[in-house]
Amino acid sequence: MSQELLYWQALNRAMDVEMAADEAVFTLGEDVGLYGGSYRVTEGLHAKYGEWRVRDTPISENSFTGLGVGAALVGMRPVVEIMTINFLPLALDSIINGAAKIPFMSGGQFRMPLVVRMPGGVARQLGAQHAQRLEHTLMNVPGLRIAVPSTPQDAYWQLRQAIASDEPIILLEHELLYFSKGPVDLLADPPPMHRAALRRAGRDLTIVTYSRHALLSQDAAAELAKEGIEAEVIDLRSLKPIDWDTCASSIEKSHRLLVVEEDCRFAGAGAEIASALAERCFYSLDAPVRRLAGLDIPTPFNGTLEAATIPQVSDIVVAARALCQSGQESKAS
Amino acid sequence: MERDALHRLLRDMLLSRAFEERAAEEYAKGNIVGFLHLYPGEEAVGAGVINAAGPSDYIVSDYREHAHALIRGTPARNVMAELFGRADGMSGGMGGSMHMFDARRRFMGGYAIVGETCPIALGIAYTVAMRSLPEAVICFFGDGAVNQGTFHESLNMAALWRLPLLLVCENNHYAIGTEIHRHSAVVEVYKRAAAYNIPAERVDGMDVIKVYEAARRALERIRGGGGPQFIECETYRFRGHSMADPGTYRPAVEVKAHEAWDPISAAVREIEFRYPTPAELAAAGPDHIGQLAAHMVEAGHLAEIEIEALRKEVNAIVEDAVQFALQSPQPTMDAAWAHLNCNRRHEVLV
Ligand SMILES: Cc1ncc(C[n+]2csc(CCOP(=O)(O)OP(=O)(O)O)c2C)c(N)n1
Ligand SMILES: [Mg+2]
Repeated sequence: MSQELLYWQALNRAMDVEMAADEAVFTLGEDVGLYGGSYRVTEGLHAKYGEWRVRDTPISENSFTGLGVGAALVGMRPVVEIMTINFLPLALDSIINGAAKIPFMSGGQFRMPLVVRMPGGVARQLGAQHAQRLEHTLMNVPGLRIAVPSTPQDAYWQLRQAIASDEPIILLEHELLYFSKGPVDLLADPPPMHRAALRRAGRDLTIVTYSRHALLSQDAAAELAKEGIEAEVIDLRSLKPIDWDTCASSIEKSHRLLVVEEDCRFAGAGAEIASALAERCFYSLDAPVRRLAGLDIPTPFNGTLEAATIPQVSDIVVAARALCQSGQESKAS
Repeated sequence: MERDALHRLLRDMLLSRAFEERAAEEYAKGNIVGFLHLYPGEEAVGAGVINAAGPSDYIVSDYREHAHALIRGTPARNVMAELFGRADGMSGGMGGSMHMFDARRRFMGGYAIVGETCPIALGIAYTVAMRSLPEAVICFFGDGAVNQGTFHESLNMAALWRLPLLLVCENNHYAIGTEIHRHSAVVEVYKRAAAYNIPAERVDGMDVIKVYEAARRALERIRGGGGPQFIECETYRFRGHSMADPGTYRPAVEVKAHEAWDPISAAVREIEFRYPTPAELAAAGPDHIGQLAAHMVEAGHLAEIEIEALRKEVNAIVEDAVQFALQSPQPTMDAAWAHLNCNRRHEVLV
């Protein structure tokens, strides 16, 4: 039976369930304790589990993330919250040189059951240093896994799966999704953490996307349907690994691929998705793969310009329409 | 202290207060969007330190920097327009509340990554030293920033190479919702400088004259070749961390009388959550601005009537700034690209 929860509440439930089940699970980060987390994800946990398991840290990202790495080496299951992805650069050393490498470098002697959670994405006029995505930075690091939940249900499932996993998992949460609502079945069996989800079926083109843009793409698909274009929307849910099979079988049916992402276009997640699927599905495609992404520019503070730097629903509609037409042109000629 | 200097300090504090309170109103109206970290309560620090600096000194600040820019002399119009994200803002509407820059006044920016101001100021100070110039660099940061590696690494290098750097900690006792006893093993922030042999003192950051004099002395030592100096200003923000934060984690009794320092009151803080009402704040007695005004009247520097005139003057400046910001155009995407590529030298790359 499912209930309606906000995205942050779903994450909060997941934390609570895992902390109750296993004393090795603990969380730390700036203002996660008394304050309850900047997006309320850890609300109530400090009172329930105490300060050793819900630790307010100083502003010392590299070292408290490193603390998580060290604790994971000796059997704990730390959930590190980096207040926002914009501070990830300070913690990269612990993640890249530590979490991602130690299991391998030790010849397989150690598990690394570490979760690093962080909000990110373009929210509302937070300025260039607080409107970053950066998923590509982590995608390029062997040894990590990356989950990108777009619904409260996935947030619940994927955080629980991440905590249960012995691999280092990065959970990228979107700042504009925390107050989105959706049904959450607390008891249902989840799909594997990296399995992509078919959000909408369609025959004319495949839209591969993730995180908040999975929602925008579904809105765009609804618009497109009004003009007779049926878009299939695939929400990747995981950026490392990527569930290529789900994408490929959709493309084999639709013959057109549009990749939609919020991050900057150049060398972003979309570049990997587009090239891998173009390689694999080349003979199924009726038109070149199209990418719709953020502009290659730091996010301007001004609200109008900020919106202009990332794909909007109308941009997705236009790109999908053009993609369908470009396929038909080449067939007609 | 001479009358003119006192007058300037008071005026700067009144302007900062009026500007920030108005910014809060404009935020509520939706004219300002995003994070907005306000300065009320901390004015004596910015006014004291920046007024002690010379025009060729550099200033590096964090995201609570609107008042720093105002005190440095950036017209209120351009500061307000930046908060509104308009083309006439001091960063052309690209930076916003946390990223204000004014190269002409050597206001080297507002930065939103905690601890980031230290290495940037370090680099400017390195250059000044390398060129043997008589300038100094002032670096602002909060009590929360001193736990960042960049802080310690920068202090070490500044001391190692005797760089002309004035480190100013605005210790308002909180890093968002975390009180200093819960984020720092050593809560006397100035003591950390001793680890790097940097002369340091703690001053009452609610007393603008003490801040001003401490900054003057420190800058003199720097110019005399004394290397980096450290001032910890104990202060307090009257509002939440930003407009998004009601500050409910702070007990009324603390906001009312923040001199309560002992570990017992720290424990009390953890129990009681509530943001004080304006009435409770008023009941706490005159704040630092009121105290300075009273001091100046007593010492015969200023008549009550002049204070009223000053208040009127700053209110008019702020009103004018808001009107200016409202009328300033929105920046264009062309401008955004031009700013991104402002350092490209006529090359065509693609
Ligand atoms: C590296 C980094 N981590 C976290 C944050 C989020 N954050 C913004 S302000 C702040 C608290 C800073 O406290 P303090 O240095 O005392 O400055 P104050 O706001 O009190 O002036 C935090 C944690 C950030 N901006 N940068
Ligand atoms: Mg502080």
